[in-house]
Amino acid sequence: MLEIRGLTVAYGKHVALEDASLDVEQGRMVAILGANGAGKSSLLGAIGGRVVPVSGSIRYRGRPLLGMAQHRLVEEGIALVPEGRGIFPALRVEENLRLGAFPARARQCAAERMEEVFALFPKLAERRRQIAGTMSGGEQQMVAIGRALMSKPDLLLLDEPSLGLAPIVTREVFAALARIRATGLTILIVEQNARATLELADHAYLVAAGRIAGSGPAERIKSDPAVIRAFLGGSPAAAE
Amino acid sequence: MIRLLLPPAALALLAVWPMMVSDYGLGLLIGAATYVTLASAWALFSGQTHYVSLATVAFYGTGAYAVAVLNEALPYPAVLLCAALAGAAMALAVGLSTLRLRGVYFVIFSFGLAELVRQLITWYEVNVTGTLGRYIFLDVTARGIYWQMLALGAATIALTAWINRSRLGMALRVIGDDEEVAAHSGINLARTKLAAFVLSAVILTLAGAITSPRYVYVEPSIVFNPTVSFLTVIMALLGGANRLWGPALGAVPLFLAFEWLSAHFPDTYPVLLGLLFIGVVFLVPQGILPAAERLMRRRAGA
Repeated sequence: MLEIRGLTVAYGKHVALEDASLDVEQGRMVAILGANGAGKSSLLGAIGGRVVPVSGSIRYRGRPLLGMAQHRLVEEGIALVPEGRGIFPALRVEENLRLGAFPARARQCAAERMEEVFALFPKLAERRRQIAGTMSGGEQQMVAIGRALMSKPDLLLLDEPSLGLAPIVTREVFAALARIRATGLTILIVEQNARATLELADHAYLVAAGRIAGSGPAERIKSDPAVIRAFLGGSPAAAE
Repeated sequence: MIRLLLPPAALALLAVWPMMVSDYGLGLLIGAATYVTLASAWALFSGQTHYVSLATVAFYGTGAYAVAVLNEALPYPAVLLCAALAGAAMALAVGLSTLRLRGVYFVIFSFGLAELVRQLITWYEVNVTGTLGRYIFLDVTARGIYWQMLALGAATIALTAWINRSRLGMALRVIGDDEEVAAHSGINLARTKLAAFVLSAVILTLAGAITSPRYVYVEPSIVFNPTVSFLTVIMALLGGANRLWGPALGAVPLFLAFEWLSAHFPDTYPVLLGLLFIGVVFLVPQGILPAAERLMRRRAGA
């Protein structure tokens, strides 16, 4: 569904990501793992149209994606939840969600979509009238993900959904991601929380110092001793 | 029911008001109506998107100048149409090239635009036509100007009310909050901003065109006076730039205050103006209407 080849992103002379290639197949959940500054967000930024790569290609359903305007991506079925909660804090939960149905592809079925989102996030249904900015970090993240789902995406891009959240809230967010995953939606997720992400993902890419350092099925990555040392922290035993 | 009937009733009252006032009073009415229109039109674009534009007078002056150039060549409605088209064309060109600028860069650019237009016209008049000032002899009475301005102001507020409820209004609000997220919600940033900018600019241009006969003698330094841009911004901010009636609410008292100050303290007037600007920004940064809403909500909560 998504094919990235030889992607290089640089900010001035600083090369943030070099020669990255990866694939996301339909119906899969693919994780990009790595430490802060490893180049994960540059990768997502390039897909989302926020940064213009120096070289490389991104193809979505066989068609080139680079150079497409950001709002067009949504019409093509790509929804991005940007890092740091992409919500409108002054608007109510409902209004935030309705906004997600702004694209033409989602306008017709906005009401149904909202029910689906409420089914995935029952908490949002209870708080539909609340001003989004007054909610907790985890709830705001759910609003952001809900907003992205409202556009009826075929591919969901998540940029660090657990960033800055307390561990217990992170668990809630991942539980919600598991429910979304179960609907069969294709997901590309960038995360620092490797352990929780690998529990959900089918496939993972490891990014270190701007390069893709390894990849494989999540099951294997999870039990690879080198990966555990570098990305998961602690010894293999501690990971059990 | 009352909410629906009130605006037309108020408009009818405002329309018959000139019958009951002196010439000086009528002048005040025209000035107030002009600034209500300018501030409301300014807020139509800047209020929601938070793109602070100091280009108001660039459009206002263009409107006035268009009338000065064309008033003897074309019938009045055609003159207005040409002025509106000139404003729209200018806004399109400017918008396409600059709405990528954000924050202070856009402010500075918009301020520079007014100066640029003024200098260009001055250069053209001096070097090509060989005149600098122009006279406007139009068969329009002061009352006629007032009614036109009242209609334009009412249309601006009605248009804003309609936009606020439309998809365009929603898109504008969201752009003002966070452009990044707005783009990922599928909003075409460039087209949305451009649409609002052009609409706003056409109204500003028409306002300049309609009031221009009041000047009788027009030259660039008169109709491209940057104070108009500053006054417009401060009026809209005082009332509450992202509220429907905010700009109107700010424009009327400030216009009257400026009139009184400039009549009684002609020498210190600019100083007082500056102090007022600072006062507004410090004391009611959100504007009177939002502040009042907050106060009432707190009352209701207590």
